[in-house]
Amino acid sequence: MSAFVFTLRDEPAQRLDLAPLVPQRLKGLREADIAAIALNTTRERVTVGDVFALRPGDSAQLRFEGGSARFDRVGAEMAEGEIAVDGAVGAQAGRLMHGGRLTIGGDAGPWAGSGMRNGVVEIKGDAGDRLGGPLAGETAGMRGGVLIVRGNAGERAGDRLRRGTILIDGAAGSCLGSRMIAGTVIVGGAAGALPGYLMARGSLVLGGGAAALSPTFADCGVHDLVANALLAGFVRPFSRDLAAILTCPLRRLLGDMAVIGRGEIFYPAR
Amino acid sequence: MPHLTANGIRIDDTFAEAFGMRATALTVTASTLRWARQAAVTMTGYGTSVIGCGAEAGIDCDVPSSDTPDGRPGVRVLLFSTSTAELQKQLQGRVGQCVLTSPGSACYAGLDGAERLKLGNALRFFGDGFQVAKRLGDKRYWRIPVMDGEFVCEATTGLTKAAVGGGNLIVMGARSETTLAAAEAAVAAIDAVPDAIMPFPGGIARSGSKVGAKYKGMIASTNDAYCPTLKGSGRSALDADIGAVLEIVIDGLTPDAVANAMRAGLAAIVALGPERGALRVGAGNYGGKLGPHHYHLKDLLP
Repeated sequence: MSAFVFTLRDEPAQRLDLAPLVPQRLKGLREADIAAIALNTTRERVTVGDVFALRPGDSAQLRFEGGSARFDRVGAEMAEGEIAVDGAVGAQAGRLMHGGRLTIGGDAGPWAGSGMRNGVVEIKGDAGDRLGGPLAGETAGMRGGVLIVRGNAGERAGDRLRRGTILIDGAAGSCLGSRMIAGTVIVGGAAGALPGYLMARGSLVLGGGAAALSPTFADCGVHDLVANALLAGFVRPFSRDLAAILTCPLRRLLGDMAVIGRGEIFYPAR
Repeated sequence: MPHLTANGIRIDDTFAEAFGMRATALTVTASTLRWARQAAVTMTGYGTSVIGCGAEAGIDCDVPSSDTPDGRPGVRVLLFSTSTAELQKQLQGRVGQCVLTSPGSACYAGLDGAERLKLGNALRFFGDGFQVAKRLGDKRYWRIPVMDGEFVCEATTGLTKAAVGGGNLIVMGARSETTLAAAEAAVAAIDAVPDAIMPFPGGIARSGSKVGAKYKGMIASTNDAYCPTLKGSGRSALDADIGAVLEIVIDGLTPDAVANAMRAGLAAIVALGPERGALRVGAGNYGGKLGPHHYHLKDLLP
């Protein structure tokens, strides 16, 4: 059975909360029921049918033809199935997701993958700030799953990461992995200043180094660790280039010593 | 004892009586196969019989680097015991003392399953707070700092309650040399069978035992009915032409694994023939009343 397709009629005039459009919430609904779903927005009441032309199909596979930076919370709390967006999305894509796969063809706004528990999010363009990070008042960010960015990520990617893996093929902004609790972030390009700022535990791998490292990280020398071979095996199906970084000897820094200092930063030995 | 004949070898019309056991499997890797084997051999040492060792342990097979989690050469080890608690104790002790200590080693689950035994979860405390947990997909690993780098160990490994211990072949020959040749041929054949081990030295036991003894406190004693030096006694089970007896004991993760191993061993003994190998093959049992698994030799003949 082919995917259930939502074709964007026009660029939306206001921000739209697309959280209701996830496979587990659409299961068993008729086309008319779906078209009548009201979307949270800013000024005027909008239904799904106002924004999208619908082409019914398998509700476990949703496809959005046409994206918009005003599409917020795409795939939020998604539990199963697949969502593919042929374009950009706005804030909090994949927020609190706990299963399935979300593929974003263009750029994503801030807080993509925020607090996600499980599943896979792939952003083919760039990601905004605080990738996987918590919203204000939350104690932890991403708690599981895999979050992939094919382009660049903004500032504070992996903020308060608790568990799971973030893979960034391009570059990352400043304070990558800030306040990390655990988990893994791998960046293929250069990272901005102060990666691992106040990280307690967890692993950062910086394939292209960093603009500036905090002096509160202690150099532990160059190592060829079995754990990185394991990590490479896990990462390879998602990104061969990032896996290749892990198969070389890497310099290990221990920190952030400004907190408990059980985290680590790896970067290629030169 | 009534018997069949295969390639001139007498096959007793009897059966091996085997018991249900708890078992687990591990994959031990290292930078070279030599060191992976060294760790595996060390951890499976003193693991011949639950009568005195707490566990029965052995190497199932080498694992090529393409099939190990970390891409290094490895060895699959099987461990059997009579209870889950004892198996957990043996696993923790043997991996902690023999694999953790071996240069460059790492240790992974070698068996899936919903029921789990603690592996790295039990050994992580050696890291004294410097250990690091890493979850990759549905697997969790512990990284414990050691003096040559890190000991990587999967958090848990699978437990099976469907394992079988005590499959056996009793190899009887005219002389020690020919009997040993037949037993060695059987061991080589069984080595190729997956999910089965032979826990005794080189896969062969020369001191088969019976249940109980005349001495108080002895739970097992020499199987005098199969000792050729006692052939003249009234209790001997040996024919006049038998001068040496060796036993191959087999443990398997499943009843089928034990049957396949016994079948392979029997075929190898039969193929060797009576001139260079065994004159007769039997199997040990307790009348069929103790163990639930009965492996009849006539059903296993090639």
